[in-house]
Amino acid sequence: MEQKQASHIVGTKTFMLVWIALLILTGLTITAAQLRMGEWSMVANIAIASTKAGLVLWFFMHLKYEKRIFKLLLFVPIITISIIIVLTFFDIWYR
Amino acid sequence: MNHRSEATLSEHKDYTGAKLGMWLFLFTEILLFGGMFLLYAVYREVNTSEFHEAGLEMSKTIGAVNTIILLTSSLTMALSISAIKNGLKNRSILFQAVTVILGVVFLVNKYVEWSDHIRHGLYPDSPELLAMGHGKVLFFGLYYVMTGIHGLHVLIGMCVIGFTLVLTLRDNISRGDYIKLENAGLFWHLVDVIWIYLFPLFYLII
Repeated sequence: MEQKQASHIVGTKTFMLVWIALLILTGLTITAAQLRMGEWSMVANIAIASTKAGLVLWFFMHLKYEKRIFKLLLFVPIITISIIIVLTFFDIWYR
Repeated sequence: MNHRSEATLSEHKDYTGAKLGMWLFLFTEILLFGGMFLLYAVYREVNTSEFHEAGLEMSKTIGAVNTIILLTSSLTMALSISAIKNGLKNRSILFQAVTVILGVVFLVNKYVEWSDHIRHGLYPDSPELLAMGHGKVLFFGLYYVMTGIHGLHVLIGMCVIGFTLVLTLRDNISRGDYIKLENAGLFWHLVDVIWIYLFPLFYLII
């Protein structure tokens, strides 16, 4: 029977800092939307959203402290959906 | 012989396996919502100005408040797990309860928001919406389906956490065995991650 290794316990302070960072990024994305940068607004918003998602995955979902296989496997759905979207757009743009 | 201790001795627990299983399920959820985000991306590309105008109907305030609610609920969920790992049973239960309550508030906001849209005739197949043109029909179709399925996931998450709350009360989830709570947390965080993308795409197109 697998002996569960002492799973790293993340401290309250770390979680609070991550939460504050998430709130700041939320404020940033709202501000960026006001700036009327055209299509770059979408790029900026997706970039900020991905940073927020990354923080949630890395700290709240404990990915930072998990075995490497978890981090590697996450790329499977991410790369899959990215390829699907990119290939679809090659079609859409050149119809 | 005491059957209970017999069962406990032969019980096989696989902590990493259980966690991996949950992550694999989350991957299927990423593909599920990913497919819908694909639809959004394509329809927005092809109906850019109409999506822009439709986005003006959305309340940035409700969207922002809901974002803050879910981000905070992820915090409380993470804290509930750290608490049980430290053997702080009551604190864990408190944080789980707060997480569920935040979920309720989120859904109430959604209800208010949807009611408002519906009252203004912005719902699938309404005469008002059909008159607004194809692009807007697509926007609101995506809006109701994506936030609807997301909302369903919020509801499911709340039920799951309600369940883990009871299990924690009964010491089924404890300092020595907390994978169920961790897995519930993983699901809840994913629901938060999905909203993190939904928010800018539907509320911040301005």
